[in-house]
Amino acid sequence: MSDQVTPTSGSASGAGTVSLDEGHHVGSGGLPATFENPGLPPHVHRAADDDPKAAKRAERQVAALFTLSILGTLGFIVSYFAIDRTTSVFLPFVGLTNLLNIMLGVCLGIALLGIGFGAVHWAKTLMSDEEVVEERHAIASSDAARADFVGALAAGAESAQLARRPLIKATAGAALGLFGLTLGVQLAGSMGNPTKALEELKQTIWDVPTGGKPIRLVRDPELTPIKASDVTIGSVFHVMPETLKELREHNVKEGHSEWHGVLEAKAKAAVLLMRLNPSEFKDDVLGRKARDWGFQGIVAYSKICTHVGCPVGLYEQQTHHLLCPCHQSTFDVTRDCEVIFGPAKRPLPQLKITVDDEGYLVAPQGFAEPVGPSYWERLK
Amino acid sequence: MSTTASARTAADLRAADAKGRSGSESKAGAAGVWVDERTGLAKGAAYMMKKVFPDHWSFMLGEVAMYSMIICLLTGVFLSFWFVPSAGQIPYNGSYLPLQGVIMSEAYNSTLAISFDIRGGLLIRQIHHWAALMFCVAITVHMLRVFLTGAFRKPRELNWVIGSILSMLAIVEGFAGYSLPDDLLSGTGIRAAEGFIRSIPLVGSYISYLLFGGTFPGEAIIPRLYSVHVLLLPAVLIGLFTAHIVLVMVHKHTQFPGPGRTNENVVGFPLMPVYTAKAGGFFFMVFGVLAIISALVTINPIWAYGPYDPSPVTAGSQPDWYMGFADGALRLLPGFLEFELFGFTWSMNVFLGAVALIPLMYTAAGVYPWIEAWVTGDKREHHLLDRPRNAPTRTAIGMAAFSFYVVLMFAAGNDIMAIRLQLSINDVTILFRMLVFVVPVIVFWVTRRICWSLQRHDREKVLHGRETGTIIRTAEGKFFERHEDIDAFERWPLVAFESPAPLALTDTADANGVSSKDAKKARRRVVWSNFYFKTRVEPVTPTELAAAHHHGEHEAISGGSAPAAIKHDKHPH
Repeated sequence: MSDQVTPTSGSASGAGTVSLDEGHHVGSGGLPATFENPGLPPHVHRAADDDPKAAKRAERQVAALFTLSILGTLGFIVSYFAIDRTTSVFLPFVGLTNLLNIMLGVCLGIALLGIGFGAVHWAKTLMSDEEVVEERHAIASSDAARADFVGALAAGAESAQLARRPLIKATAGAALGLFGLTLGVQLAGSMGNPTKALEELKQTIWDVPTGGKPIRLVRDPELTPIKASDVTIGSVFHVMPETLKELREHNVKEGHSEWHGVLEAKAKAAVLLMRLNPSEFKDDVLGRKARDWGFQGIVAYSKICTHVGCPVGLYEQQTHHLLCPCHQSTFDVTRDCEVIFGPAKRPLPQLKITVDDEGYLVAPQGFAEPVGPSYWERLK
Repeated sequence: MSTTASARTAADLRAADAKGRSGSESKAGAAGVWVDERTGLAKGAAYMMKKVFPDHWSFMLGEVAMYSMIICLLTGVFLSFWFVPSAGQIPYNGSYLPLQGVIMSEAYNSTLAISFDIRGGLLIRQIHHWAALMFCVAITVHMLRVFLTGAFRKPRELNWVIGSILSMLAIVEGFAGYSLPDDLLSGTGIRAAEGFIRSIPLVGSYISYLLFGGTFPGEAIIPRLYSVHVLLLPAVLIGLFTAHIVLVMVHKHTQFPGPGRTNENVVGFPLMPVYTAKAGGFFFMVFGVLAIISALVTINPIWAYGPYDPSPVTAGSQPDWYMGFADGALRLLPGFLEFELFGFTWSMNVFLGAVALIPLMYTAAGVYPWIEAWVTGDKREHHLLDRPRNAPTRTAIGMAAFSFYVVLMFAAGNDIMAIRLQLSINDVTILFRMLVFVVPVIVFWVTRRICWSLQRHDREKVLHGRETGTIIRTAEGKFFERHEDIDAFERWPLVAFESPAPLALTDTADANGVSSKDAKKARRRVVWSNFYFKTRVEPVTPTELAAAHHHGEHEAISGGSAPAAIKHDKHPH
């Protein structure tokens, strides 16, 4: 306590008399200022302490609990070998469930609880319940021990000549400080080549190389192309680019696993396709842009939420809102998927689409901006 | 115990042998001697066996956490024998028919095998998951107990910090664990986690790229999470947990005030045999309860979700409960917190809730002991716990912080609430955005009032005794209820507490009348001290009790100044 502050006296409720239910009544008449600790209350014997019959009863109860545990263990072993793995059983409040799991778990539970309750019951009925007092000692070492420690430290430093050899001090410090870099560089350097990080965040397999053919939109997971006429008003399609099929075929041809890089491609390329009545788009800059990038009211948007990347899987047909099931960001399709509620900031990126000569929906170019969650260099 | 180097005769040796034997007639005793002659453990073991632990139900919360962790370690070893931490894609051909032929990762495939093809595998998996949930529950409640009883005070501040770190690592460990099966739900969780990492200013994109070994999801994250989950974090958890327990031993356990219990002693039962039986038995009880829950209640039915695929998603996606508060914060943080500045994207709507919140919260908890010690200026050792009511401001702070946590946790269920209660998701979210600010304030205010009321109730009980329910009619026809005095043993816990007075400024300027820096600091401390202790209830003194017993003085003292809200029953004698 600094000497500039002192405790105030008396009760908070103010001056004058002090109320008995909160205040402090200054004593008179030789009574102590505070109550004295009355010490341990007299020990009360339990039934088993005085009555051998009660003690015998307690012994039998403990033994019964341990026996129950033994039965549980036996039950577990019998169940393990006797019950068919696929047998199901109906239990009230639990429903249809796997019999083996039930029997193993319940038997294990009995085996464990038998031991647990047995031991605790034993402790509570038969072991001494007389409380023991152990004195505490100050946590800190004695002054002598502390002086000894400081002395040893100083003597060590003196013997090492730390103060007199600044060159050693500096180089030892630098060496200790730097050696961690060896392992750090190895770890960070071998986890991946980060030079492509920013580039890859921008790329999707919707990107069309200059002069390349527009990419067909295909259904996910069937990978069949979609005719504009298949997309009726109010319907919604989960879409992937046809290049996903090519990626898998390429993998097989090259002798890789067919699925190499497939999830990575899907994680950025997932698209949601909806058809609205063209008049339902808002007649403003955003609404017109959304309509123009679509085809006869069919619009395609990235399905990867701009918040933290969950698939925006819920489409409300009546309001034309897209809702992300993870954190409830809501996007308005009639206004270019602007965020109308929730934690996301940016609209879902739109995929420009049209139809090819056979009437199938195609994307002539990739997304105009990176899909998915925001990142520091997104504008670069 | 040391052997002597001097030469001895054969007779001496025989005599020593005989003595050794007589000291330990049983076989166990002989084994003990054998071990002690090689380790010298007897002295330490005897000390440990006689070590006294005080009893209170709330001390079992930490035990539940400890045992749940041990159960996780045990079942985790089993799971590691069968789990394949690989994101390699293979077709499923196990015994769960609905997924036959589906392409999935080896991680998911092996988790299905644990659930369906390995006898008892599902039970072990479910015990592991339930124990992890229990671990996090128990840590949270244990932490609350330690805070509300002031057990973090000197000399236990370091152990409070260790506990806070343990608590934080436990939820990270849990997240790493439930992400491993690579099912649709947990995969969506990792997907979101990648978004979280990206939101870190400056380095997020690179950290994400390095952790995932390339573009999300990649094949690196499952094995890396596995290594973190089974090796790195368990090692840190066990290390910190050991330090936690050793410090409990060194400090000796705190105890609640009670007759015979002082700041200088521990009253309870020795480790051998009572505490060994009770605490050991309790381990089996916790394990047994978890086994039965795991037998009867399905947890994380990964087979129902299907393998991870970045495109589909299930409605109502939620993390395990202990990640709920961070998920809730993410749901509440409005989008406008993302902005563009200097050509860079600052995704604060994500960063604050998903990355910054957890370390900030645990740092705030970790430094609290020093804040309170600064306000009170108290440098003494505290081994007697405060009953929460006797530290009203601390209790109110603790409950307010906890209510903040709980509101965020419930906010992670905003979609479920909207559906179940037929409400608009927007309204529910906006309501939570308000509640997160309003509820802690209300909780603070209400908790402090409740504490004061309980303290006054304690005073009332000490001063006027217990209501017996016996109505007495006097000769004049008056009725009153007889109150029975409580005895010294029952009274002691009600009067054995400190009620520090707020600090007052005595000297704000130095000799030249210039207010110094120190004075400014002192003023700040006085403000905080008043915040903590301005309104307070003091323990009954013997004088007050004597006054209460003495009819006339009682009337004189309590008359007039008692606030109207506090009523006395002024029964005649």
